[in-house]
Amino acid sequence: MAKKEIDVRFKKFGTVSFTSTSKVNDFIDYLDQGKVVGTRCSKCGLDFFPPRADCFNCLGSDLEWFDAAADTGELVTFSKMKYGPVGFENDLPYTIAVADFGKYKIFGRMDNDLADEAIKIGMKVKVSANSLDNGNMNYVFKAA
Amino acid sequence: MGKVGIIGVGQSAFVRTYPGSLKELAFEGFKEAVQDAGITSQEIDASVVCSAPEYDKQRSPAGIVAEYLGLNPQPTFYVETLCSSSSTGLKLAYSLVKSGLHDCVAVVGVQKMSEITSAESQERMGRGTDIQWESPFGTMMPAYYALFAQAHMNKYGTKPEDLSLIRLKSSFYGRLNEKAVFRKSLDMDQLTSPDSRLTDPVASPLRVGDCCANADGSSCVIVVSEEKAKSLSREPVWILGVGAASNSVNLTGRELFSGLPAAAEAARQAYEMAGITAKDVDIAEVHDCFTIAEMMAYENLGFAEPGGGKELIQGKETYMDGSIPVNIDGGLLSKGHPIGATGGSQIRTIVNQLRGEAGDIQVKDPEIGLVHNIGGVGLYGNVTILGR
Ligand SMILES: [Zn+2]
Repeated sequence: MAKKEIDVRFKKFGTVSFTSTSKVNDFIDYLDQGKVVGTRCSKCGLDFFPPRADCFNCLGSDLEWFDAAADTGELVTFSKMKYGPVGFENDLPYTIAVADFGKYKIFGRMDNDLADEAIKIGMKVKVSANSLDNGNMNYVFKAA
Repeated sequence: MGKVGIIGVGQSAFVRTYPGSLKELAFEGFKEAVQDAGITSQEIDASVVCSAPEYDKQRSPAGIVAEYLGLNPQPTFYVETLCSSSSTGLKLAYSLVKSGLHDCVAVVGVQKMSEITSAESQERMGRGTDIQWESPFGTMMPAYYALFAQAHMNKYGTKPEDLSLIRLKSSFYGRLNEKAVFRKSLDMDQLTSPDSRLTDPVASPLRVGDCCANADGSSCVIVVSEEKAKSLSREPVWILGVGAASNSVNLTGRELFSGLPAAAEAARQAYEMAGITAKDVDIAEVHDCFTIAEMMAYENLGFAEPGGGKELIQGKETYMDGSIPVNIDGGLLSKGHPIGATGGSQIRTIVNQLRGEAGDIQVKDPEIGLVHNIGGVGLYGNVTILGR
């Protein structure tokens, strides 16, 4: 009898992924399709980013995907990193950031093509699926 | 229920690399605290061991530490809240004594960060956040505090030089602390000149001079009931208030990026329990793992209005002769930051001040002291208020 396949799609998230299995592994397939998705509780309507499989409010697990790439947010803060953890050396320097989309926030990186001078708190941004050199995926903020 | 107090405090020297094992390091702070309390270790009827386990090769450190300190067969408990582990340990000890379960508890904080290589350490630091959603972007502690510094600067007009003033104060007092890692006195030129190593960027806007150093170290606090203190004929420093709160690990769950709500909430609880306000605090130890952390602490503790932290340091109000002396033992920036031992070291400084035994840095007749100890970027907030 064949061994049961373990779904390890989440290994593909980010430069180095520390997670392989998650109930929101479909996130990775959406990322492949150019979508950056959060989840919305179908019972109480709460939006979650990063996506959750379970709603802490109603304790339900009936959540629907929504595409955050369609929304426009505002940059809340950022930092350009000169040093990184082991495994991220080839990415340096890079800029991490938080953006506010109203009903949810997103933590990620700024698009490498953005000049330092162009990055400002309050700027309008879109989140965008991004392919990494090692074949993995993440998402970045681009000027809207 | 009677009061709960502290009759003994101790710490090892904080050093880059301790030339001994974890349990031997723990012994150093413990010995000083037990001798300070004037008791024998047989009086101690429980221990709380505090560290961040990712730096330890030892699995379940409480057991081996309790054995080496001669604290078998008394129960031992292990607690961890990252950099605030020993403040959490103090809160646990307070609860154990207040409930009547124990009447003399040793809170032992210990960290041997040099136990693993710096590459291993960096790899672990990247996992201090949500490993599913944030670590894959390549995050580190300095960058997290840098996000808050950036937002604070944008919102309030705080300048990198304001942050350098905090490091300047730290180095001014660090040179007096025999147990500190960093004892060089710095001047503003070293902290602000583009040619200085201390202005090299780490994570914008934070620079080398804004960051504390890893260290090996241990601390110990002996907590007793009022009755036990009486039977030992010791006059304790009383624990008047203990506050603790948590916040979202993922920054997507935060509302504020210019302050740490878990610290403000812990302070609110501790003030309420002690029946005091920020104005009543005579001396404070705050968690300055980065300069911006001390700035935010001024504001979260109510020493300054939000955004008013820079005026406090510009006016030297947090120096020894100022209106609210803060970190006049050099703080984490000068002492070094051995994660699990840090809170106990802060408590030691305040206890010594309240007893009038702080030597060169003794402020005049302090009655109320405060300890602010943070785990992660405001993930765990702890505020403790002590009094004579
Ligand atoms: Zn729900």
